[in-house]
Amino acid sequence: MDFDFQFDWSAAIASIPYLLPGIPWTLLISFGGLAFGFFIGIFFGLLRISPIRWLRWVAVVYIEIFRGTPILVQVLFIFYGLPQLLGSPINALVAGIAAIAVNSGAYISEIVRGGVQSIERGQREASLSLGLSRVQAFRYVIWPQAFRRMIPPLGNQGIISIKDTSLFSVIGVGELVRQGQIYIATTFTALEVYFMVALMYLAITWTLSILLRQLERRGIAGQ
Amino acid sequence: MTDTVSPTTPPIVRMQKLNKHFGSLHVLDDIDLEIVPGEVVVIIGASGSGKSTLIRCINGLEEFQSGTLAVDGNTLKPDGKSSKALQTIRTEVGMVFQQFNLFPHLSVIDNITLAPMKVRGWNREDAVATAKRLLDRVGIADQANKYPSQLSGGQQQRVALARALAMEPRLMLFDEPTSALDPEMIGEVLDAMRELAKEGMTMVIVTHEMGFAREVADRVIFIHKGVIAEQGTPEQIFSTPQNEQTRSFLARVLKH
Repeated sequence: MDFDFQFDWSAAIASIPYLLPGIPWTLLISFGGLAFGFFIGIFFGLLRISPIRWLRWVAVVYIEIFRGTPILVQVLFIFYGLPQLLGSPINALVAGIAAIAVNSGAYISEIVRGGVQSIERGQREASLSLGLSRVQAFRYVIWPQAFRRMIPPLGNQGIISIKDTSLFSVIGVGELVRQGQIYIATTFTALEVYFMVALMYLAITWTLSILLRQLERRGIAGQ
Repeated sequence: MTDTVSPTTPPIVRMQKLNKHFGSLHVLDDIDLEIVPGEVVVIIGASGSGKSTLIRCINGLEEFQSGTLAVDGNTLKPDGKSSKALQTIRTEVGMVFQQFNLFPHLSVIDNITLAPMKVRGWNREDAVATAKRLLDRVGIADQANKYPSQLSGGQQQRVALARALAMEPRLMLFDEPTSALDPEMIGEVLDAMRELAKEGMTMVIVTHEMGFAREVADRVIFIHKGVIAEQGTPEQIFSTPQNEQTRSFLARVLKH
C-alpha cells in the first residue's frame, strides 16, 4: 500500500478545466433560486405581519415547513417525489432552483418580517398623520428603511443558499461538486479536487461578501 | 376679512362623551371638548393623565371606544371604523411629535415634499418651492439638502414642523414637541410655534413648558386621570386655579 499522501499541485491544477463548467450551474441555481426566493420571502414576510389572522397563519405554516425540513429532503421530494404526483419528470435544474427558492423564501420571509418590524412606530404614525395611506406609508417610508436593514441578513442567506446548492449533486445537476465527483471517478485525486472545489466556493462567496459590504456602506451613507 | 373668533364660529374639533380604554385602564373618561378655528389650546397634566392620548384621538392615531368626535365636519366613529373620514381629517390636521419622526432615508426637502406630492398631487416644482418657503420661515433654509441625522434636535423638530405645514393644515397638533430636546434648543422650536400662533393657526399643544403655555395659550386645559379637571384662560389656571388637583400639579411643576 502506498501511504504517500502528498498534496499534488499539478493534479489540483489539472482539475480546474473540468471543474469550471460547474460554476455557471452553481451560480444559475443559487441566484435563480434566490431571485424567486426573494419574492416568495417578501410575499410571505408581509403576510406574516398582516393584520388578518388567517393570512398570518398561512405564512407561519409555509415558514415552519420549509425552515423546519432539510433542504436535501426538499430537493429529493421535488425531483423524485413530485414527478410521481404530476406524472411527468422534472428537470434537475428546475428542481434545484425550486428547492433554493422555497427554502430561502422561508428564511427571507423572516428577514422581511424582522426588517419591517424593526422600523420605529413613529415612522408610520408620522406618515399617516401627513395623510399618506397605509400603502403609501409602507411604500415610501417603511419599506425603503426596512430594506436597508435587510441587506446584511439577505447577504448571509445568499451565501448559505450558494453553499446549499452543493447538495444538489444528488439529483445529478452538473454543479461544482457534481463536476468534481465525475472527475475524481477517473483520477482518484479526491484531496486535490475537493480542495479546488472548496476554493471555488470560497471565490464565489467571498466576492458576494465584498459586493454586499460595499452595498451596505452606500446604504448607510444615504441615511 | 372681518371674521373674528366668536362663540358662534362653528368648532373645528368637537368631542362629546369621548371614552377610551387601554384594557382595564380608563384613559379618557367622558371628554367633552370644542375647539374653534384660530384658538390655541394648551393641554397640561401629569404623565399618564391621558393628554397625549387625547390629541392622538383627534387625528385617529388612537381609536376610542365610545362617544363622538368630529373634525372640521368629518365624523370619526368609535373603534376606528371610518377610514374615509379619517383620511380626510389627516390631510387637514398636522402633527408634530416628541421624537420628531423625520424620515431618515430622505433629505430634508424630500421629507417635506413627500406628502404634498403623494397625497395632494402637487408637482415637484410647486412642492419644492413651498418646502423652501417653509424652511425659510422656520429659519433653516440652508439645510434643505441635508439628511435628518446631520441636524441638531432643534433643527429636526423645525423640519418636522415645516413638513406638517406643507400640507396646509387647518389644525396643528403638538405632542410634547420640546420634551426630547436639549435645553438650549427648546427656545428655537417654541419661537417657531409662537410665530405660527400669531399667524392665526389653530393649535392644540401638549407641553410641560408652562411659561410658553401662559404666554401663547388662549385656553389651558388641565387633565387629571382622563378627565378634564379644569380649564380656563392661562391667567385663571396659573394664577387662580380652583381645582385641588390643578393646584398640586402646578405646585409640583412650577417649583423648580
